Amino acid sequence: MEIIAEYGTVFLILACLFGFFMAWGIGANDVANAMGTSVGSRALTLTQAIFIAMIFEFLGAYLAGGEVTSTIRKGIIDAEVMEGNPELMVYGMLSALLAAGTWLLIASINGWPVSTTHSIVGAIVGFAAVGISVDAIYWGKVGSIAASWVVSPLIAGTISYALFMSVKYFVLDTANPFERAKKIIPVYMWLVGFMISMVTLLKGLKHVGINLDMGMESDFANAALASALIGLLVAAFGALLLQRVQYVPNDQNRFHSVERVFAILMVFTACSMAFAHGSNDVANAVGPLAAVVSTVQSGGMIAAKSAMPWWILIVGAMGIVVGLATYGWRVIATVGRKITELTPSRGFAAELGAAGTVVIASATGLPVSTTHTLVGAVLGVGFARGIGALNTRIIGSIFLSWLITLPAGAGLAIVFFFIFKAVFSF
Amino acid sequence: MATGNILGSLFGRSPIGPIQEHMKIANQAVQLLPDLLRATAAEDWATAKDLHKEIDSAERAADKLKRSVRRHLPKSLFLPVPRSDLLELVSMQDAVANTAKDIAVIVIGRNMRFPESMQQGVEEFALACTETCNQALLAIQELDELLEVGFSGREVKRVEGMLKELDKMERRTDKLSVSLCAKLFKLESELPPVDVMYYYRVMALLSTVADDAEVVGDRLQLLMAK
Repeated sequence: MEIIAEYGTVFLILACLFGFFMAWGIGANDVANAMGTSVGSRALTLTQAIFIAMIFEFLGAYLAGGEVTSTIRKGIIDAEVMEGNPELMVYGMLSALLAAGTWLLIASINGWPVSTTHSIVGAIVGFAAVGISVDAIYWGKVGSIAASWVVSPLIAGTISYALFMSVKYFVLDTANPFERAKKIIPVYMWLVGFMISMVTLLKGLKHVGINLDMGMESDFANAALASALIGLLVAAFGALLLQRVQYVPNDQNRFHSVERVFAILMVFTACSMAFAHGSNDVANAVGPLAAVVSTVQSGGMIAAKSAMPWWILIVGAMGIVVGLATYGWRVIATVGRKITELTPSRGFAAELGAAGTVVIASATGLPVSTTHTLVGAVLGVGFARGIGALNTRIIGSIFLSWLITLPAGAGLAIVFFFIFKAVFSF
Repeated sequence: MATGNILGSLFGRSPIGPIQEHMKIANQAVQLLPDLLRATAAEDWATAKDLHKEIDSAERAADKLKRSVRRHLPKSLFLPVPRSDLLELVSMQDAVANTAKDIAVIVIGRNMRFPESMQQGVEEFALACTETCNQALLAIQELDELLEVGFSGREVKRVEGMLKELDKMERRTDKLSVSLCAKLFKLESELPPVDVMYYYRVMALLSTVADDAEVVGDRLQLLMAK
């Protein structure tokens, strides 16, 4: 207790610093995967992508980031075990942030494809298992998180496969794909609007202080009805934009104009992708920060029940935006240059499949890797025979990155944990 | 694992564009053949030599592109159509260019000139063969549209229609070849025997151009079949 009272402010400042650093890293590196597909298929210019990313990453983090944050904060380790020594929680979370941030930095310098989510989860499990006790970990929860890493790419792949097949059937393989596209695409836009507002209404509005009552019986029904209406607004707005696309004959590829219609749709799915990424990945930075803040603020009580101050999410969201502005835009441009084979009719299917999966994971509080989910989604489109060539070796390198990132994050966190302990507790 | 960005390295180079380009170049070599025969008929050897050079360089460009396509098709790639089908397609396209070059080599090497009475028939035959090859190119140029719709539905039917037309054109070259052979057979006793041998040889090679073009179509059909 005395340690918390004595060094409380130091801990707070350190936590904010490390959390911001981690969020900066996410913005600098991770966002590129979420936005690169849109830039690569030339649905968005780099500047547009950055603006969309800034706005929707922020909204996603603020409106739908709460559940995953709370999982990272108190879902993985049992705070009760540390009842007498709350400073252990503070050391642990600080070292987890520092470990994950350091590992990501090492990985980026060497160009290794690692996931922020895996680094932070590995780090938290590592410090808790070694620094505190193996029993302090909710292994069941850790198991379901690990399972979600395998399942989320599979689900995203399935959704994207279905989406692309529906595009094939309803739009591309018809007598007049261009006119068909203009009629069908608002339906997908509706889906985007519905999905985002559903998650926002169910998970986000509580803390903004708005209580929505559409006169339906349950919260879920209320949200569904309101989301359906918002979806209609989004679709109507999208349909207006679609009106402006004119048919341009192209001898090289008859589908040229159709793709230009899909490019409009991809602006919408890019928003959903940024929103989804914000809602899930911000928690990696913000969750440990929240744990430290609530421990310090309650004066050493590890208050598992206390609500999280919402300015914390804003710290994370700001970190991402700053990371994007300082460094991330360059990575987006690089990724975009490599993904030129992806046309908007496929890119949207991949993005929507991935965004849908990630948003659902966010709503259920599961920290997943947005990048790996997107890879699964792209492979799903590939299975529908939609993409010229995909490099399957990447699947191996994803597994490899799991195998290396988890122990690396854990090992670094353990080292930092004992350093913090030595410095502050003597 | 040092592959940089996951998503960036997920996408391989699509073989579709380069394969289309390859057929375009192979067809360029073939389309010069009627001009070459016309130049020799007029005994314009300077033009004939230039045309031979052009055919030769097109053939070499096709070779280069073929190797590049193969190099960019490692076994680890996940493709919308079987890799082996794509590789065979490229080989067949390359055969078209090779045959064109073989014809040019004989024609230039022997200062070959068909007998006056055969000229018209030879011209007609050569044009029929090159048109067949052109039809194969048109079908190959549908590959990117096929990819767009995921190798299914109307687009497949459309290409199948083009392939039917290709078959018809190839049958016409067979007929022309038969009648041209008959004509040469009547003349052959009056001509130098070695010349006659090479007349037959060049006619057979022209048929091969049309045959190869048809096989390109066949490969395309196999590729579309599930």
